[in-house]
Amino acid sequence: MATKKSAAPFAGTTAQEEQLVRIIHESKGNRGALMSVLQKAQDVYGYLPIEVQSIIAREMKVPLEKIYGVVTFYSQFSLTPKGKYTIAVCMGTACYVKGAGDILKKLYDKLKISGGEVTPDGLFSINDCRCIGACGLAPVITVNEDVYGRLSPSGEELDGILAKYTS
Amino acid sequence: MFRSHVLICAGTGCTSSGCVAVTKALNAELLKVGLDKEVKVVETGCFGLCALGPIMIVYPEGSFYSMVQPSDVAEIVNEHLLKGRVVERLLYQETVTNDGVKSLNDTGFYRKQLRVALRNCGVINPEEIDEYIGADGYEALGKVLTEMSPEDVIKVVLDSGLRGRGGGGFPTGRKWDLARRLVPNADQKYVCCNADEGDPGAFMDRSVLEGDPHVLIEAMAIAGYAIGANEGYVYIRAEYPIAVNRLEIAIEQARNYGLLGNNIFGTDFCFDMHIRLGAGAFVCGEETALMTSIEGSRGEPNPRPPFPAEKGLWGKPTVLNNVETYANIPRIILKGAEWFASMGTEKSKGTKVFALGGKINNTGLVEIPMGTTLRDIIYEIGGGIPNGKKFKAAQTGGPSGGCIPMEHIDIPIDYDNLIAIGSMMGSGGLIVMDEDNCMVDIAKFFLEFTVDESCGKCTPCRVGTKRLYEILERITSGKGEMADLDRLEELSNYICNNSLCGLGQTAPNPVKSTLRFFKDEYISHVINKKCPAGVCEDLVSYVIVDEKCKRCTACIRVCPVDAITGAVKQPHSIDRAKCIKCGVCAEKCKFNAIVKE
Repeated sequence: MATKKSAAPFAGTTAQEEQLVRIIHESKGNRGALMSVLQKAQDVYGYLPIEVQSIIAREMKVPLEKIYGVVTFYSQFSLTPKGKYTIAVCMGTACYVKGAGDILKKLYDKLKISGGEVTPDGLFSINDCRCIGACGLAPVITVNEDVYGRLSPSGEELDGILAKYTS
Repeated sequence: MFRSHVLICAGTGCTSSGCVAVTKALNAELLKVGLDKEVKVVETGCFGLCALGPIMIVYPEGSFYSMVQPSDVAEIVNEHLLKGRVVERLLYQETVTNDGVKSLNDTGFYRKQLRVALRNCGVINPEEIDEYIGADGYEALGKVLTEMSPEDVIKVVLDSGLRGRGGGGFPTGRKWDLARRLVPNADQKYVCCNADEGDPGAFMDRSVLEGDPHVLIEAMAIAGYAIGANEGYVYIRAEYPIAVNRLEIAIEQARNYGLLGNNIFGTDFCFDMHIRLGAGAFVCGEETALMTSIEGSRGEPNPRPPFPAEKGLWGKPTVLNNVETYANIPRIILKGAEWFASMGTEKSKGTKVFALGGKINNTGLVEIPMGTTLRDIIYEIGGGIPNGKKFKAAQTGGPSGGCIPMEHIDIPIDYDNLIAIGSMMGSGGLIVMDEDNCMVDIAKFFLEFTVDESCGKCTPCRVGTKRLYEILERITSGKGEMADLDRLEELSNYICNNSLCGLGQTAPNPVKSTLRFFKDEYISHVINKKCPAGVCEDLVSYVIVDEKCKRCTACIRVCPVDAITGAVKQPHSIDRAKCIKCGVCAEKCKFNAIVKE
């Protein structure tokens, strides 16, 4: 659940706002379009701070509290910015019984952040996530679109994986 | 004409294992040796054996190559495709025998399987509608529209005995019949598909969508004809990008072929469908919550009745089935109700897809006739438990299900038998646990999930699951008392009986079933303050086995809190008061001299 408030000030640009308004206008006439607008808005801004929700409320003529209600209901929506690389540790049952919890802890230690936070350089953020369906390769983590499976609970592969994104 | 076909699995499992690079290398190599006009490379859906990905099958020989790396591709092309010599070192070892190579269907993994819902997965290219049509695709839709009345269709589905594969097991034909008749003059009806596969450890719906997306389109159109709906919605998880993409391609192709849209097959029947992406809420697998979410709101469930067959999406009569249920429909239409009803047990007909995961050798996707025993699934199809460990339990039904212990390993798996032993079919996740898994910890894991995913609308679920979790937390940290076990029992029953929707009504199942079959583990946590499996950190302590210790001081140097005393050639020992149980010392020790107790 997206509950943490962002410390970083909102830095949306006019170009982003124009893009969002265009998305909203294209969705006119589609019933129940709010969810897909929010998904696309998150693609544009990377997250959904109150400023972005206000634009959507204004353009779609939907009360802001309804939008806030939807944003905070679904785990995909984030009120805080994410790192350039989002690490997700799958905590599905198959991964969990094969030691995903240990891997998550190791990653917290290595990056010195905890769930939902971003490293000070803005490079990594980390989350546990729901089953991504790659149970055959458990335990699994993803870094943005890249998937790493068959990891060992001791986390020996993690340094190598992180190094790919820091160099 | 091509002289060879190379099938490469492009499902999520193999994509994660790097099949894209393999395909790229293969195409490049074929071009290099001038075979690109003679050998056709087909990217298919999931073969099921995800543990061995990336997987490649070469026809006509049927050679099954596993764990293929881009660096292996040149050898396969030059030896096998060019010179006709099978590369034995890359073959799936199960297929290699003393008298040569045996067929994949004779291996332990495939022998007891029967593929109905998955029949096209791993066989056709999911992005080519012509391949689906070549495999009898859209023939059932044509038959329904030109030869059958809607009542006929419903009767066939009813007679087949097909029950919902998403969890509850409600007869599909009955659902359709209600949606057809309950509101006689409805101006609009809807057909929905639940592809929001939220059970952790289940991925059968994803595999159908990735491997055979047209089967869903065909089946939803058939359902539309049967109940009198002309619009369909697929609610699919945003976490399944490959599946979403292939379904989008399939819908577009079906529209271009006139298989979606107006006057399908030259009849009066019109049907079109849309995709809606879920945004990560487990409760949206519940039917009323899913529809609220399609409408663009918080996905909270509503009390039933009214059932969706009467008042569903936007207040209109709606039929909702899950992906696997739909995947059976075209076959049932083509081969008849009797054929389908001939498979399975008395009250559970047909086959069921299971996602095997956890402590099992052949992780992956399997489809078996209803009534197969758990023992066959685990030891024959699944290839047993790795590292010679002992089976402890199999978990089915995800967070709504329960654990099946050794004593029930021989029951035939079907809807009713699973419910009788306190679990449920669910969508088909089957997670195997061995002696290293703590059952109290597993119950806590599922409760943590439901606490997180409870939508908060009704109190028994919102507050009740949280209290259950707190009691489990107490027990696993060594602060539990025997009365807590009674409290768990009482609270579980209360939540089951009083929650609004299926999520709450089944949320205590993991607790109830572990209490029923593994009470001794709970008691051990409470009375002896020990975790028999050595999982619950607060109840384990690290000790040095003196006979194995080489007195090298590696552990002393690595301990972050200086809890280990000793020196070179002197005995080492851990001060339990100082130890924070981080486990670093045990990892560091090369001689396995530090163990959990």
